[in-house]
Amino acid sequence: MIELLGVQKSFGHNHVLRGVDLTIARGTSMVVIGGSGTGKSVLLKSILGLVVPDAGTITLDGTDVTKTDRDTFLARFGMLFQGGALFDSLKVWENVAFRLLRGAKALPKDQAREIAIEKLRRVGLKPSTADQLPAELSGGMQKRVGLARAIAAEPEIIFFDEPTTGLDPIMSGVINALIREIVVEMGATAMTITHDMSSVRAIADTVAMLHDGKIRWTGPAAEMDAASDPYLQQFIHGRAEGPIESVR
Amino acid sequence: MSAVTAPLAGLGRAVLSALAALGRIAIYGGQTLKAALRPPFYPREVLSALLQVGWLSLPVVGLTSIFTGGALALQIYSGGQRFSAEAVVPQIVAIGMVRELGPVLVGLMIAARVTSSIAAEIATMKVTEQIDALVTLSTNPLQYLTVPRVLAGVLTVPLLVGVGDIIGVMGGFLVSTEQLGFNRAGYIKNTVDFLTMPDIVSSLIKGAVFGFIATLIGCYYGMNSGRGAMGVGSATKGAVATASILILAANFVLTSVMFGT
Repeated sequence: MIELLGVQKSFGHNHVLRGVDLTIARGTSMVVIGGSGTGKSVLLKSILGLVVPDAGTITLDGTDVTKTDRDTFLARFGMLFQGGALFDSLKVWENVAFRLLRGAKALPKDQAREIAIEKLRRVGLKPSTADQLPAELSGGMQKRVGLARAIAAEPEIIFFDEPTTGLDPIMSGVINALIREIVVEMGATAMTITHDMSSVRAIADTVAMLHDGKIRWTGPAAEMDAASDPYLQQFIHGRAEGPIESVR
Repeated sequence: MSAVTAPLAGLGRAVLSALAALGRIAIYGGQTLKAALRPPFYPREVLSALLQVGWLSLPVVGLTSIFTGGALALQIYSGGQRFSAEAVVPQIVAIGMVRELGPVLVGLMIAARVTSSIAAEIATMKVTEQIDALVTLSTNPLQYLTVPRVLAGVLTVPLLVGVGDIIGVMGGFLVSTEQLGFNRAGYIKNTVDFLTMPDIVSSLIKGAVFGFIATLIGCYYGMNSGRGAMGVGSATKGAVATASILILAANFVLTSVMFGT
């Protein structure tokens, strides 16, 4: 279980997180929604330690994440970045097998390549993709490679940062379905941040809405449409009118 | 603030800002040296950096050195004629190239070619979240990206300086013997007799220091770049300017220490 209590983060005078309280139960898929610039990525990066919170605590299975061995902690995570974040200079299979080839439990090259090709197949890519460079792939294919890399070491927890940004609706649907399948199949705990409502409906068990640096609403995805919170309703229906200020 | 003190305050702020930046670079250098001594090590990345920093810089180093050596011979010959000292061309070309021009020009060429490339590459990796991805994959960016490049700079730039020295002296030799009428055997004998081991060692030491500066600054600016294309451009520009200035400053300090009287 991942638990955040009173997490705060500011960049200069910009108070991005103002006391976030959030619990993600083991084996569930939590989707955090919120407008652009509301601090969703900062929240996710705070859990991973890529951003250091100014205040508050983040625990994983009851242990403060700042007090655990960093490598052991990170070994439990997989992450799909918004733009894929594939390493340009490495072939596709080397990207997927990056973690498998390094560290104390590094696998032999042939075995790591075999696993990488298997993971590529799992996300719908042909084995011939393995020897290509990331720049030779389309945006959708890069996302799939990023997904294959995120699941390569079979992590317990997977984070997805805007998984469908920049993709056409059909490819978005494919990625959403893949994420859902993989999370269920692996029994992993998942946290996705997005403002794409089709992703929310496809991926989420539970939803949390981040607004003004705090969790505005949280609950099961099935109860989202019936919730009375005007902020949530404005966001999920994409209305220009409502309590959330929009720049026009 | 009065019109008299305002420029002084501005100057003070600029100096303090430059000193703070130098301090941050020094801390980053210390962290890099510490990271270089502890595992994991990345031999494949080191080999790749050796190729990029060393081997692929040979053409630019060779061309720069041969033209500089040739021009130096012409200058010394024409200047020396004013007080009948044109015969010292071999000695001055040798000492000028080995002690000063060889290391400095190679250092500046490395700053232009390698520092810019490292800064742009790492800054792009930062902008596209590849550095964050490395961290989530339990890989320390300092050990994976910075250490191999700095190691390659320290190991290969002295070799490039050595090659540059030889080619520069060759440039002077070619111009002197083909254009200025010097005797070939006499030119080589004068050069070899005049150069001492401390001249050569000082040249190589300067190369190692300049290689360290050029690669470290490239990595530092890349890792600390701002967002977007402007951030990458700004990091690259800042890296080349800082590396060039630090190389010239280090050259003065090293020359003072090694040859100052």
